Amino acid sequence: MKVRIKFAKQGAMKFIGHLDIMRYFQKAVKRAGLDAAYSEGFSPHMIMSFAAPLGVGVTSEGEYFDLELKTPMSSKEAVERLNRVMVDGMEVRSVREVPEGKKGKAMSLVAAADYLVSFREGMEPGENWKEKVPAFMEQQEIRILKKTKKNEKEVDIKPYIYEMEIRGERIFLKLAAGSVKNTKPELVMEAFFAFCGREFQPLSLLIHRMEVYAELGEEGEQKLVSLEELGEEIE
Amino acid sequence: MRRLALNDEILLNIEKPARYIGNEVNSVMKDKEKVDIRFAMCFPDVYEIGMSHLGIQILYDMFNQREDTWCERVYSPWPDLDKVMREEQIPLFALESQDPVKDFDFLGITLQYEMCYTNILQVLDLSRIPLRAADRTKDHPFVMGGGPCAYNPEPLAPFFDMFYIGEGETVFNDLLDIYKEWKKSGKSRKEFLEMAAQVPGIYVPAFYDVEYQEDGTIKAFTPNNPHAKEKIEKQVVMDVTHTYYPRKPVVPFIKATQDRVVLEIQRGCIRGCRFCQAGMLYRPTRERDLEFLKDTARALIESTGHEEISLSSLSSSDYSKLPELIDYLIEECSARKVNISLPSLRIDAFSLDVMSKVQDIKKSSLTFAPEAGSQRLRDVINKGLTEKVILEGASRAFQGGWTRVKLYFMLGLPTETEGDMKGIAHLAEEIAKKYYEIPKDQRHGRCQIVVSTSFFVPKPFTPFQWAGMFRKEDYLDKAKVVKEEIRAQLNQKSIKYNYHEADVTVLEGILARGDRKVADVLEAAYQKGAVFDSWSEYFRYDLWMEAFEELGIDPEFYTLRERSLEEILPWDFISIGVTKDFLKREWKKAMKGEVTPNCRQQCSGCGAGAYKGGVCVEGKN
Repeated sequence: MKVRIKFAKQGAMKFIGHLDIMRYFQKAVKRAGLDAAYSEGFSPHMIMSFAAPLGVGVTSEGEYFDLELKTPMSSKEAVERLNRVMVDGMEVRSVREVPEGKKGKAMSLVAAADYLVSFREGMEPGENWKEKVPAFMEQQEIRILKKTKKNEKEVDIKPYIYEMEIRGERIFLKLAAGSVKNTKPELVMEAFFAFCGREFQPLSLLIHRMEVYAELGEEGEQKLVSLEELGEEIE
Repeated sequence: MRRLALNDEILLNIEKPARYIGNEVNSVMKDKEKVDIRFAMCFPDVYEIGMSHLGIQILYDMFNQREDTWCERVYSPWPDLDKVMREEQIPLFALESQDPVKDFDFLGITLQYEMCYTNILQVLDLSRIPLRAADRTKDHPFVMGGGPCAYNPEPLAPFFDMFYIGEGETVFNDLLDIYKEWKKSGKSRKEFLEMAAQVPGIYVPAFYDVEYQEDGTIKAFTPNNPHAKEKIEKQVVMDVTHTYYPRKPVVPFIKATQDRVVLEIQRGCIRGCRFCQAGMLYRPTRERDLEFLKDTARALIESTGHEEISLSSLSSSDYSKLPELIDYLIEECSARKVNISLPSLRIDAFSLDVMSKVQDIKKSSLTFAPEAGSQRLRDVINKGLTEKVILEGASRAFQGGWTRVKLYFMLGLPTETEGDMKGIAHLAEEIAKKYYEIPKDQRHGRCQIVVSTSFFVPKPFTPFQWAGMFRKEDYLDKAKVVKEEIRAQLNQKSIKYNYHEADVTVLEGILARGDRKVADVLEAAYQKGAVFDSWSEYFRYDLWMEAFEELGIDPEFYTLRERSLEEILPWDFISIGVTKDFLKREWKKAMKGEVTPNCRQQCSGCGAGAYKGGVCVEGKN
């Protein structure tokens, strides 16, 4: 049985990188006594796949990984068992059954993600930054310099910003994510700082991921569904 | 939620912030208002190394079982954070509470190897605790050292309030009880140290005076305080089964050097290799009970979720119930998908069979530690491994499908000749020949033999404690002899050769057998910038040599000199059970190339029998 586990990563845990979070969950699944499936061979690996890596320094309430179980367990029990072995800042939000097969792999499903971005005190892009948000989004193009390992190239990230709106003192972003089209909240905010005529420092931002979505729309129509909703509660 | 000692800006700009945030699985949180004693337990090296150490996990567990005590961990900040902490004046903190170490009652520092000594000063310095015990006041924690290097604490004497000589499980609880009493009493710092000095195994260096002869050797070592004992007796746990063993060790987020469950199956070693300090310090050999080990293994796997378990001991093959233990682990671990690693196994039919079950032969290599290249020299060091046994083991392994062999040797052993050095190359060649004796269609390509040599460093409380060392250039010449001889062998393409750095060896030798005079050099070297000396990218031999020169202390007094058997050695005031007479006998036998049987074959009257336990009483009750 394949299950999808949704978890939150907050507080000091934001300093733990993606690879270490994978190792953390391999051990946590063992401590929780879930009967996970393993690969063959002398050093068997737990069969698990993570949806979308989260950068160091970013918190989240919408992280996912898929896990293959040999013995089924109810959603309620699995959540309880996992939460009993979590550390401060890590919380399992749901465990749901998802269809087997490569097509349903969490990582290949990822199409979009929601973020809440706030500014550290005194590091906002000017006093009237809120007024600039609509104009920023009305631009035809938002060009930024994207640095790769080999070179830099200019790209238009406008098509990847699905939504940008003010929420209190924070900015909500719905951005393209995944292997085909994607952009990062840092890049969008870097462009926004430039738009406000301010110098951008990555440390100005506190980024929180809220949710990760799959695209179920056909023929260019957008229909985003959270990865959690693709699964079903196990009784 | 806890407030971290370091802000986001710092944590996001240094390497591996996970080293400094605590919060790991099984780390212990307590309410600081509800405890009487706050103990900071420090391993003075980087987190990944320190977290791999079993001793700290044992003491951490033991202290935290006391309701009145909260034990937390401290490691050396890596140079990137060290710089930031100095610039921004951030005091060193403990991982759990993130509170400054300076406000603790105790700072316990484990002394596992000499090359971490400058890191001890770094920890004190960053904690803002005066480097010298004499400068500390009632506002500072008591700084305490323990571990193998505490058996010659003298180069560190001025920096510590006290040392603990022996295994931590024994009198620590008494010491903490005394501390609580003292804390309530309002007595002076010195009065606590006087109380502590009466606890068995506790050494308070300030209570002793050292006088030197004109030639620099020790004339007298005498207590200057009525509470100080003449001899400090090593404290040993005689019942290793019914003592503390952590069932819920802390599991780091980042990969530690030992990223696995460690199961200590016994303490001590029956072999009596004459170069080996651990083999003498931890006498008598004491085995843990099989049922206890089975139960502990299961508990550890369940509480950590680790993917691997490793047995720990100086010589696992000597554990008398090893086959039963391994059978149990294979069954239990395959069901739980946990890998088993079996270090320090003697290569024989049994171990090859076991290893073929638990590891991928194609990917793993076999390790032999002949330590010396000729039978004559192996007899001198009392390493009971013969060429015949090595070749048989290798041959059997090659037939079983292994193609990789690692060989460990030491250069610079007492009585070593050029023939002994060349013998290393010849032994490697003989092993390679064994491989190529297998018909071509039955072997898997070329074999790979990796020869590694380290330079021998004489250690206190070994039969070689009187031996002379060599100069850096001499060590490099020895390595060159080996290298050239390997290149002259028929199968040289199958043999790879590595050797250890020579300058680190020289310094390790000075610190290992140094006296109190070396402490000034240590402090001067640290002030010049020496730190993380065990990391080749940071080791600065030149700074150390500058420090020696400025202080007018001759490093070669500590290295080149063969000590006379009558000399008062800096560590003579400590008793480890094994007597100086026994060590002298062993030294003389070594010079004649005579071997001494192991403890199970025949008792050699080393003195550890005074502890009345372990191998010394096996079959006698």
